[in-house]
Amino acid sequence: MIGAHGMKLAAQLFGTTLGRKYLMALSGAGLFGFTVVHMLGNLQLFLGPESLNRYAQFLQSNKELLWPARLGLLSMVAIHLWSAIKLTAENKAARPVQYIGDPNPVAATFASRTMLMSGLIVAAFAIYHILHFTVQVPEINFVSVDFKTFHVAEGAQKGFHDVYRMMVTGFQNPFVSGFYILAVGLLCLHLSHGLSALFQTLGLRNHAWWPLIQRFGIVASLLLFLGYITVPVAVLSGLVTATTGCDCCK
Amino acid sequence: MNLTLKIWRQKDAKDIGGFETHEVREVNPDMSFLEMLDVVNEGLILRGIEPIAFDSDCREGICGACSLVINGTAHGGHKATTACQLHMRKFSDGETITVEPWRARAFPMVKDLVCDRSAFDRIIQAGGFVSVSTGGVPDANAIPVAKEDSDQAMDAAQCIGCGACVAACKNASAMLFVAAKVSHLALMPQGKVERERRALNMVAQMDTEGFGACSVTGSCEAVCPKEIRLDFIARLNREYGRALLHRGGG
Ligand code: SF4
Ligand code: FES
Repeated sequence: MIGAHGMKLAAQLFGTTLGRKYLMALSGAGLFGFTVVHMLGNLQLFLGPESLNRYAQFLQSNKELLWPARLGLLSMVAIHLWSAIKLTAENKAARPVQYIGDPNPVAATFASRTMLMSGLIVAAFAIYHILHFTVQVPEINFVSVDFKTFHVAEGAQKGFHDVYRMMVTGFQNPFVSGFYILAVGLLCLHLSHGLSALFQTLGLRNHAWWPLIQRFGIVASLLLFLGYITVPVAVLSGLVTATTGCDCCK
Repeated sequence: MNLTLKIWRQKDAKDIGGFETHEVREVNPDMSFLEMLDVVNEGLILRGIEPIAFDSDCREGICGACSLVINGTAHGGHKATTACQLHMRKFSDGETITVEPWRARAFPMVKDLVCDRSAFDRIIQAGGFVSVSTGGVPDANAIPVAKEDSDQAMDAAQCIGCGACVAACKNASAMLFVAAKVSHLALMPQGKVERERRALNMVAQMDTEGFGACSVTGSCEAVCPKEIRLDFIARLNREYGRALLHRGGG
């Protein structure tokens, strides 16, 4: 009984345009939650190396939580991407002949018309970002050091991975920081439409709530943008420096 | 006033079609857009040229037959106005006006500015009705309807099925039309009985016809001559979600 019900539900969710929009909205909501938590994590940079490294150690050492979280995120990305590509292909096919006379994007914002592009660039950035700071491939960090060798040298946290120094060193390259800021900008452009659109897609709004939801989408995107870029900006402007380095780097 | 018209001409569904330019002299500013086309056609007929085919019926903005994309915007871009209610005084002397048909895979071309909108009829046949039992007309006050519900239902019922929403949407999506029909009936006690089946079947038919999905750009709402609002699409999404929860899509 449950099985048949579940099959039908899955057929609707994956098989209809509305179902796929639901999947896109739900996975998007989950990924938005992740970007908020990630940003709060980043901001611990300003609390100093101890806080940030403790937080990083906490995340890294709970393998039983880390991997389910990673797999959960990956599946949300997969669903979000799959539904985006499938829907875009269908949407393109729905208008085989374009208008020639000054096609007019009535009322549609720039962000709303470029969701796939902004999303794909952010996805490409995310791959680089993971190789950069998670896998820590030395060849792509463009600062000629191996982040894997960064460890806290002394004190209570002796032996912890020195994420603080990794972040500060990592953002010292202006091109790496620039790409980061660009990607975060595109992410927030994406969210400025996506956040309110997801309420619409899930049917969670009415006439009275819509202006508020739209404002929430814009304000949340702006706050995220500011929250994210403070780190590279602080590093590039010399506001935050790697004080915990070993003698040779000081 | 004198105008230059760039009009889409296409012999039949198989023809590739193209734009044709017509100089129109001494247009009376009080004519409607369709009357202006009538005058052009009279001239063409006198010269032994095939007149321009376009759809029209009521010419007072209530039937939904007229369907012209004027200067890149469905119905010409004046608030709550169908092409037949658009007057030539809205244009300026010497202006070049492009006129195109609705462009959507689900609305195949018939001739010149006429496309086949029977996809909308099939969506209605899939569930846009109340299966009324026979018998006498019930007493008007026998079924109480809340004022807000009747207002909302009346707003949704304004949809004249013109298809401008499809024409304006970058995805050629029929969501606004389907939303208007689903909302209108789901809000009324007589229509509530079949609301779940209706939402699922109409959405399925919409997909079968090859319309795109909703990207929440709001172009449909901007061109709709009956000012059907985007919040009806949220209501459709809600109805669909409700059907999934209650029936699992079956
Ligand atoms: S929703 Fe508006 S634009 Fe779409 S078919 Fe109905 S009246 Fe026309
Ligand atoms: S001809 Fe009837 S609405 Fe325009």
